[in-house]
Amino acid sequence: MSIHSLPGLDDITRRVLPNGIIILTRPNPGSLSVVISGYVMAGAIFEPDDKLGLAGFTALALMRGSREHNFQQIYDALEANGASLGLDGGTHSVGFYGHALAEDLELLTKTLAEALRQPVFPPEQVERLRDQLLTGLAIRAQDTSEMASLAFDEMVYAGHPYSRPEDGYPDTIRAITRDDLVTFQQRYFGPRGMVISIVGGVEPEKVIDTVVRSLGDWENPAQPQPLGLPALKPLGAMVTRQVNISGKSEADIIMGVAGPPRRSADFLAASVGNNILGQFGLGGRIGTSVRERSGLAYHASSSLSGGIGPGPWLFLAGVDPNNLDKTIALMRQEISGFVTEPVTGEELADSQANYVGRLPLSLESNAGVAAALLNLERYELGLDYYLRYADLVNAITADEILETAQRYLNPDCLAIAVAGTFASSG
Amino acid sequence: MDEALTKLTLHNGLLVLLKEIHTSPIISQWIWYRVGSRDEVPGMTGSSHWVEHMLFKGTRQFPTGAIDRAINRDGGYLNAFTFLDWTSFFETVPADKIDLPLRMEADRMFNSLFDPDEVTSERTVVISERQGSENEPLFRLSEEVQSAAFRVHPYHHEIIGDLTDLYTIQREDLYRHYRTFYLPNNAVLSIAGDFDTQTMLDRIRELYEPLPAGSQPPRLARAEPPQSGERRVSVEGPGETVYLQVSYREPSADEPDFFALNVLDSLLTGPTNLNMFGGGITNKTSRLYKALVEKELAVSINGGVQATIDPYLYTMMITVHPKHTASDCIEAIEAEIKQLQDAPPANEELERAMKQARAIFAYGSESISNQAYWMGFSEMFATVDWFTTYLEQLSTVTPADVQRLAQTCLRPQNRTLGVYLPNGAAQ
Repeated sequence: MSIHSLPGLDDITRRVLPNGIIILTRPNPGSLSVVISGYVMAGAIFEPDDKLGLAGFTALALMRGSREHNFQQIYDALEANGASLGLDGGTHSVGFYGHALAEDLELLTKTLAEALRQPVFPPEQVERLRDQLLTGLAIRAQDTSEMASLAFDEMVYAGHPYSRPEDGYPDTIRAITRDDLVTFQQRYFGPRGMVISIVGGVEPEKVIDTVVRSLGDWENPAQPQPLGLPALKPLGAMVTRQVNISGKSEADIIMGVAGPPRRSADFLAASVGNNILGQFGLGGRIGTSVRERSGLAYHASSSLSGGIGPGPWLFLAGVDPNNLDKTIALMRQEISGFVTEPVTGEELADSQANYVGRLPLSLESNAGVAAALLNLERYELGLDYYLRYADLVNAITADEILETAQRYLNPDCLAIAVAGTFASSG
Repeated sequence: MDEALTKLTLHNGLLVLLKEIHTSPIISQWIWYRVGSRDEVPGMTGSSHWVEHMLFKGTRQFPTGAIDRAINRDGGYLNAFTFLDWTSFFETVPADKIDLPLRMEADRMFNSLFDPDEVTSERTVVISERQGSENEPLFRLSEEVQSAAFRVHPYHHEIIGDLTDLYTIQREDLYRHYRTFYLPNNAVLSIAGDFDTQTMLDRIRELYEPLPAGSQPPRLARAEPPQSGERRVSVEGPGETVYLQVSYREPSADEPDFFALNVLDSLLTGPTNLNMFGGGITNKTSRLYKALVEKELAVSINGGVQATIDPYLYTMMITVHPKHTASDCIEAIEAEIKQLQDAPPANEELERAMKQARAIFAYGSESISNQAYWMGFSEMFATVDWFTTYLEQLSTVTPADVQRLAQTCLRPQNRTLGVYLPNGAAQ
């Protein structure tokens, strides 16, 4: 294999098992290790409002004991071999990620299968985990960035599943019973829609055999179809929220709107535009204005999430509370310029070159390739996507970025969440 | 993975380490300067870190912002780090784009402008960075523990510096610091990736040999006297969560006992991942996880060694369970340590630690950036042989060594305890 080759039709193996599991693999012959990454369609979207955090709680509890092994035995097998495996809940799916020496791939697939198929949710482990989750939420309540993010989601995604935090609230975590975990696992965890990406020093046929042995006969007739997302009501005006947290030196600003989903035709133009606005160099135009010219913040940037649904398009900064209004004004000014004038030819060429040039770097490690393969499947990009990528990026025009930005961004119609210690409310 | 390593010193004293790796069309360049927060006297704390920031603020050839934009344009990424003992800058780029980072690092070793307006603007940026850290209870706790653990040695202060100094340090102070320490004979250039060694070496000579050597900068050498008793500090702040930090004075990285400490750490809190890029492993079967988290005295425990020139701190960080106290956790930690002091661990435990280390090395070796990082990093406190023989050295550690380390290093008289106590000011 040429080292200059990008993953494509000739070196990605994609296999669909009869039970619906999709396996993606690409060998990395020189590698001593292997990465397994993927997801099961059992996300927080299925949770009732009074049990928020249920999918994440279930995901973490899966490895706390199975019909064959207890918690210590499960982790002893992994850690004694220098391997690692974990599951975590997301909005649409529960994700998993693990790595091991290449010789220990089967340890990963067997442990994963045991967690997904045979969890027993030992009561004492469930309660221990609950205490850990509640402590995590207590720590979250002190985190200015996290609390601004929660407030932002509540404003932008009112009435939409994206308004709900995946890790829930203390009350909802306390309300979840062991039976809820059992029921959630039995009903929502199943092979349909499951994708597994395996990359490293293991040949494709061996990868597929290994997965088939552990998960090939998994069935769950009760597993429901994925839930669609309701329409999102756009922001009609500027909305703001301030979260006061005592004893903080710095305030976090999170402002923005709902952006295009990853599969949207708008996404790539929005993404390249966002790079110009708040990423390129030291935070794009936002970083230049807020950090470089004004010295107001150590971090100031923007981000575009994409995802299955309308993920957020965010503008972020951490500043002295006294500089809050000034920073927000500067960021709005940059947004205003971005939706009024096309980006310059130089800015566009820079970001296009950045996108094309950085692709091989993101594919350097097994973990990077595994994540890239998952994206191909999750967003239906096609196995030849990375080979077409440079052409797609280079075809984007300044007018296209402007038109796309105008569809999503309006400097007078944003959600602005700030969290920190504010004299006026403290 | 056994690609040959080239090590040589240019006439001006610049140490060069090159390693060809042809698994990806990528090259990673790191330049390391032997200057860190340990080289700062009171009044100048934070200057090494601030100087690091100023090296992104332009030369005549590469004006402010040009460096970031140029590297990004080529698809590369870059960053810089200031540590206790060193400062480093790196760029990882597509292999055919390496010339720009080579030129840029050679240029900013001598030609950074330190424009007064840029110094003024960066002052508030650095203060903002510190304030962001102050938002975190664990930063506030570790700063107090660090300052209590070192009364004499300049490891005493946080890398980012004290706020009072960040307000008063002047442009001339920073520029003097830069000109004192940023010299070829005080630097290490480590490059790994898809290149031909001779071609790369020719280009390095072309760019760096015209740069003159300077007087070898002296390093602050204020040895910390032996600790004669436990030290305790507490920090109060908002929130609901109690944190406990337990820090033992550890051997320096070039002492043989450092390797025994790594094994001890693996047994107690799970192996430290010294990679800059590359995954680690969980610690749920470590002795202290079982004693604290499984017994519900703590919600989490993590431990880590630090590879430093002078003895620094082997630190355990514990999130205390809401139904227990920091004292309960300390008692349980002491009981576990006593077991290791009383009886050497089984050979199987050492074999397990070895396999864990081998796996972590394998994860790290996937990344070219990480390989270039390791070559230069190890030269900051030892030599690159430290890195290449790491697994070998680890394999020579015996159960008796681990027991001895538990008896000498993990004595209460050799530690500083810090507790973060919520003051009930939370909403």
